[in-house]
Amino acid sequence: MELKDKLLSSYVAFENDIDTNSDIHEIRSEAFKNFEDLGFPTKKLEAWKYTSLNAVLKQDYSLFPNKGNSIQLSDVQKYFIHDIDTYKLVFIDGKYSSFLSESTHDTFDVCLMSAALTKPKYKAVIENYFNKIAKKDNLTSLNTAFASEGAYIYIPRNVEVEKPIQIINFTTGSEAAIMMQPRNLIVVEQNAHVQIIERHQSLTSNPVLTNAVTEVFAAKDATVDIYKIQNDDISASLVDNSYIEQKSNSVVSVHTFSFGGNITRNNLNFYQRGEHIDSILKGITILEGKQHVDHHTLVHHIEPNCESHQDYKGIYDERSTGVFNGKVVVDKEAQKTNAYQKSNNVLLSDKATINAKPQLEIFADDVKCSHGCTIGQLDDDALFYMQQRGIPEKEGRALLMFAFANTVLESVKIPEVKLRIAKLIANKLNVKIGFDL
Amino acid sequence: MLKIENLHASIDDKAILKGLNIEVKAGEVHAIMGPNGAGKSTLANIIAGKDDYEVTDGTIELNGEDIRELAPEERAHNGVFLSFQYPVEIPGVSVTNFIKTAINQTRKAKGLEDMPAKDMLRMIREKSELLEIDRKFLSRSLNEGFSGGEKKRNEIFQMAMLEPKLAILDETDSGLDIDALRIVANGVNKLKSKDNAVIVITHYQRLLEYIVPDFVHVLHDGKIVKTGDASLALELEAKGYDWIKELV
Repeated sequence: MELKDKLLSSYVAFENDIDTNSDIHEIRSEAFKNFEDLGFPTKKLEAWKYTSLNAVLKQDYSLFPNKGNSIQLSDVQKYFIHDIDTYKLVFIDGKYSSFLSESTHDTFDVCLMSAALTKPKYKAVIENYFNKIAKKDNLTSLNTAFASEGAYIYIPRNVEVEKPIQIINFTTGSEAAIMMQPRNLIVVEQNAHVQIIERHQSLTSNPVLTNAVTEVFAAKDATVDIYKIQNDDISASLVDNSYIEQKSNSVVSVHTFSFGGNITRNNLNFYQRGEHIDSILKGITILEGKQHVDHHTLVHHIEPNCESHQDYKGIYDERSTGVFNGKVVVDKEAQKTNAYQKSNNVLLSDKATINAKPQLEIFADDVKCSHGCTIGQLDDDALFYMQQRGIPEKEGRALLMFAFANTVLESVKIPEVKLRIAKLIANKLNVKIGFDL
Repeated sequence: MLKIENLHASIDDKAILKGLNIEVKAGEVHAIMGPNGAGKSTLANIIAGKDDYEVTDGTIELNGEDIRELAPEERAHNGVFLSFQYPVEIPGVSVTNFIKTAINQTRKAKGLEDMPAKDMLRMIREKSELLEIDRKFLSRSLNEGFSGGEKKRNEIFQMAMLEPKLAILDETDSGLDIDALRIVANGVNKLKSKDNAVIVITHYQRLLEYIVPDFVHVLHDGKIVKTGDASLALELEAKGYDWIKELV
């Protein structure tokens, strides 16, 4: 049976386990109908021109994990950022693991979507925010139709969350192939501040397809820093749909580190509804083999005096492929917008490809917008310079690539995350970091 | 230390060096002067091992060993240092991290362990003081946004850190004001010893007032056509290069 049909026919079973009388379910049903009409995206859609899900969709995925699988902390310790204290929301095959997690309801909520969608005390927030900015496209609708579990983070006014929050989705491979659809909601009220580290990790080489949706609301003066660590097994594919709405004076940064996985598609959307907003989108992609990553970004400048900075660095080896489609829309009223976009890529082999497309739609006339895409090989003169100083060619190449990727790391605010990613990069490139970062 | 005999070299099938001979012994300072296009930088890059050039005839010996087949890093490990005319920018690698990596890779090639951090720090401090380089400078990305003078001082700083046996300074004086020139020359002079040698490549006589050569060679049309002592540089300064062309 095709995956689409399997999903459609499983809906009845899904509805058996949830409250079909809620407002939430109306939202789900509408989304379900939408997915029914649209189906999965194909290469005929412009937005999916360079990324084909065909092979990924052919697997026979289990849609609802039915075993309560547990894992030993010692087996997964290495996937956490464990040298600092953090809140943790850990899901195993889609089910919350209270054993591995550390949630809280003290001054702010770091807890479960399943609770938020059903318990009365969260009703107001859900009514005001849930599904309010998520697009109604194929895959977002699919996630919405089945929305039931994920992370719920609510930070009230003026609260600065003192430690980062880690959200980790593990899949154990107890099913031969599994499809996961986590749904996250992050609401950060006025002048509140939070840092989030997110990752998906398959623990075996059984195929995994994750179709995730995250909505983030940053109110006036709020700051949110999100770090997405995408270093999954090469049998795992991910579609990450992130929607971020910002109000005046807020600063939201999203760093995406794509080193693993089979096919990874990042849809990252920022909506600036206010003035003096700063949106920061950065990425480092290092791929090999037949890996594929597709970054589709959107920043929508709606009101005056806002900024956005996009800086994506990619290194592609062997037969890996990449896509960068950076869209910036500047509305007519959005005067004095500063929107900067950079996509710099290095191809290490003849068979690697990257398709880079800046898409600027500018309707205001008093703006500063720039875009730059480079695709090239390593600088031979720089390599010779290093060799002349005694650094062998192999190490010189690796060092140059590390330096190239490292420029994005500079803006990572959590030192332990910075170091962790630097080590991952160094590992991937076979560089020994003999120096301080 | 360095013995080059009948060196012929070309790039993209264009002959640049046409039978060049030179011998540099330990403890000596040699200057190579000549008009543009004579082949001075080509010579420097060929000794350092840049593979854009093809050596079609002749030999290059470093301490009796033929180095023509050695990779640039191997020549560096054998003590060759080239101060580049146009040092490359390497964003994302700091001056400190670069030199640490260079030193430790060289030690590794000799079977040695990494230099202990304490010693490395001390050496960096010493040598940066010698070249009057501010500490803040060392954490900047290598050559990125550096002025001409800063780039050249950084080259000599690296030379001081790597302690080469044969240092080739390719137009180190170009783009330097008097103060930067003084600092760079002072650095080079302090590094001179009876065990190492320096080849100074330059158009102008000015640098040679500070780094006094034992021998001055004139390179013209791919060959060394005249050799003299420091006074030859003054003669060239007064007469220009045309009279050399007439000699040939």
